[in-house]
Amino acid sequence: MMATPSALATTTADLLLVLLIVVPVAGVLLAFALGDRYVRRVAFTVIPVGLAISGGVLLALPQNDGHLVYLLGAWPPPLGVALRADGLSAVMLAATAIVVCAVAIFAAADFRLAAGYGRAPFAFWILLLAVWAALNTIFVGGDLFTLYVALELLTFAAVPLVSLEGRAETLQAALRYLLFALVGSVLYLMGTALLYGLYGTLDIVLLSHRVSAEPGALIAAALMTTGLLAKTALFPLHLWLPPAHAGAPAAASAILSGLVVKGSFFILLRVWFNVLPGVPGFAAAQFLAALGAGAIVVGSIVALRQQRLKLLVAYSTMAQIGYLFLLFPLALDASGRLETGQALAGGLIQAISHAAAKAAMFLAVGSIYAGLGHDRITGIRGAARALPLSVMTFGLAGFALMGIQPSGASLAKELLLQETARTGQWWWAGVLQVGGMFTAAYVVLVLAHALSPSDQPVALVAKPPRGSGLAALALALCSLLLGLLPWEPYLPITYTVESKLFGDEALVKFLVTVFGGAALAILLSPWPHPLAFSAAGKTIMQLIAPLRRTCIGLGSLVETGDGVLRQWSTASISLLLVALLLAALMFAAN
Amino acid sequence: MSIATVFEIALAAVVLGLAIWTIAVPETYSATVGFVAYGLLVALIWVRLDAVDVALTEAAIGGGLGGVVLLGAAARLRDAEATAAERPDRSTRLIAAILSASIAAALAFAILILPDYAPTLAPAVVANAGATGMANPVTNVLMAFRGLDTMLEKVVLLLAVVGVWSLASDRAWGGRPGPRHEADPNGVLAFLARLLPPAGIVVGIYMLWTGADHPGGAFQGGAVLASMWLLVIMAGLADTPPVSSRWLRFILVAGPCLFLVVGLGGLCFGAAFLAYPVAFAKPLILGIEVAMILTIAATLALLLAGAPERNT
Repeated sequence: MMATPSALATTTADLLLVLLIVVPVAGVLLAFALGDRYVRRVAFTVIPVGLAISGGVLLALPQNDGHLVYLLGAWPPPLGVALRADGLSAVMLAATAIVVCAVAIFAAADFRLAAGYGRAPFAFWILLLAVWAALNTIFVGGDLFTLYVALELLTFAAVPLVSLEGRAETLQAALRYLLFALVGSVLYLMGTALLYGLYGTLDIVLLSHRVSAEPGALIAAALMTTGLLAKTALFPLHLWLPPAHAGAPAAASAILSGLVVKGSFFILLRVWFNVLPGVPGFAAAQFLAALGAGAIVVGSIVALRQQRLKLLVAYSTMAQIGYLFLLFPLALDASGRLETGQALAGGLIQAISHAAAKAAMFLAVGSIYAGLGHDRITGIRGAARALPLSVMTFGLAGFALMGIQPSGASLAKELLLQETARTGQWWWAGVLQVGGMFTAAYVVLVLAHALSPSDQPVALVAKPPRGSGLAALALALCSLLLGLLPWEPYLPITYTVESKLFGDEALVKFLVTVFGGAALAILLSPWPHPLAFSAAGKTIMQLIAPLRRTCIGLGSLVETGDGVLRQWSTASISLLLVALLLAALMFAAN
Repeated sequence: MSIATVFEIALAAVVLGLAIWTIAVPETYSATVGFVAYGLLVALIWVRLDAVDVALTEAAIGGGLGGVVLLGAAARLRDAEATAAERPDRSTRLIAAILSASIAAALAFAILILPDYAPTLAPAVVANAGATGMANPVTNVLMAFRGLDTMLEKVVLLLAVVGVWSLASDRAWGGRPGPRHEADPNGVLAFLARLLPPAGIVVGIYMLWTGADHPGGAFQGGAVLASMWLLVIMAGLADTPPVSSRWLRFILVAGPCLFLVVGLGGLCFGAAFLAYPVAFAKPLILGIEVAMILTIAATLALLLAGAPERNT
């Protein structure tokens, strides 16, 4: 077991993996040491370098057979730690780098050093770099304990972002987030320790050869999965997400919602697909997707009932996280083993698409908030005229999320739908379609309010800087055009994307989604609709009044249920229940 | 049954009893005291398991510094406790207890069925100790084989400091953390704060030095130094430094910075990032640990001191 560095030649490309971690970490240390006045300057030096390194990995990967490996300290696993990049890492690295860049440009105006008030900029720029370092480590970490350390780094970088504004309620949100995330860490760590006890290694590749579906491994899998679900805020473990994501400043919300939840989700993918693909089995995968479906329904309905735009977007994140979990049952092969195929590719593209779109959405909402001085949905009439750039960004990001061609979400949906047909799990096809419609519902609702004319001219409290607006718009466009990118060199995609951008089929899909969404919005949103102000609209509203009353009643029931689930005691019980159920289902399958 | 077995069974029973008591007791203060005692006894269990490094850390953090944080929080909460009637009802607590017990049972089951001769990397760690010239396997794992994890953990500590500092009000930013402590200059606290630090500093440095070959190391030594500094601060003999102070910032990043620089040096002079040239491994690691002990001591003390509160 001696180190034989010569046997494993390291190329310059492999060195990129080290730089991915070292550069943002060096930025954190330097920014901290130099202090308030230089923090932003350090960040703006580090970010382009980091972007170039992530781009380098993207370019180098196809030339290295799709794999990069670096042995830290030249110690080969199991004694040492390896960094590894595959196609999944490469696309996540690139997406993260782009979102970080756009958010940094947006925040350049927000977190400028105003005279004397250095606290928020100091924390924000350091934490931004730290989130980046943590995510990069998660994407290239080849060892379960290194992933744990990265997860801790991510949590400790994300929590202070929540309470950056220092108000009491954001502090409470941050504390809830911290406590729940720490419980998640402990569960993940216990599972990791069990795996080490069973197999004597924490290296992902070595583990994948040694793991079998024995009782200890099943318990470890259940514990790790539950811990990661708590950190990803999958329904019903979402108590911390809405207040945390809605209470943070816009740039921080964009990072938290777009990127941070993807960190724990990515580790979950690694654990399920790379470490123990044969262990979880059919029932546990169905269970995860069922929780995902629950997240889509509850998150979307509660989103439609929100009065504040930021909370609406936060609940939309909760629903979209659910969407990501639909990939698990679709990736099962005939023997109940998870295979790295098209379902995984679809899920990952969905995650990337959501990262860009949701970050853009939060940035746009932040600009609307800053411009109008509030973010009450019923009070944003006329916003399209006063803040055209922000409303357009919101709309484009919304279209990207609901899966309009050629967005990443539409490609992801196609891939996942194909897998439902291949594996014969038609029920998830229904959830996929309904999910898109629900997304359309809250996007249409907001746009209907923002686009309807206002009686009096809208007075702007502040004019958002143009650079910020353009950065957000660029992100929304990225997400909207993701479906056109060549994913095949990086992700296992067998589906050929035909150019049916403007065909009849695409138009029908578009109309079904949008009108279905509009119908849902009218039926489920309890607030007065802009539609009701016109004569024709009034007649329609009267016709459907009884149906609408029933739906709103149902919606209020769901909202009450969500309130109960988000109480600390209920959420803790849910956490324990999820862990036990997962373990039971895994035992039943093996 | 030997004396040792009897002792172990008694220890396990007391630890379990303390754990249950900590959960069941309604007053925050009592629960805190229970938790601190629990941490110290768990450290004894680690000693019995021959994991002295873990025991030292558990005693220093779980029993010592963690206890100080919790006691401080309990003292602040004492006034609010009467009003906070958010105690969940009986059925909720019962359900939570049943579920937690089931999880504990599943964990116990998983641990009991682990293979008797568990696969382990310990022999490989011992066999490769020559690469660093140090005999303490824990130090070798932390500083050589898994250097990246250790470096990133120090960055986590730094982020914790950023998090605590970010709780300051904008006006107090750059100022001194925590309230100003004033103690009777002739009282027992001031007396201890004069008496203990010289010995404590020696103990801390000894722990670092001996960590090369025996249990100990930068973290345990740093915790001892931090407690000495805190003692002096609480006795009012010294004030906390303002967070804008340049030397303080420098000490807080010194450990991970030096680690990073040496790691990058490995690219030029060694085999890889974080690889030490064999001839210089021991001095390099000791150098990193010296920087690390200062960083850890300052970090832990500042985490306990809290957010910047005052500008004077």
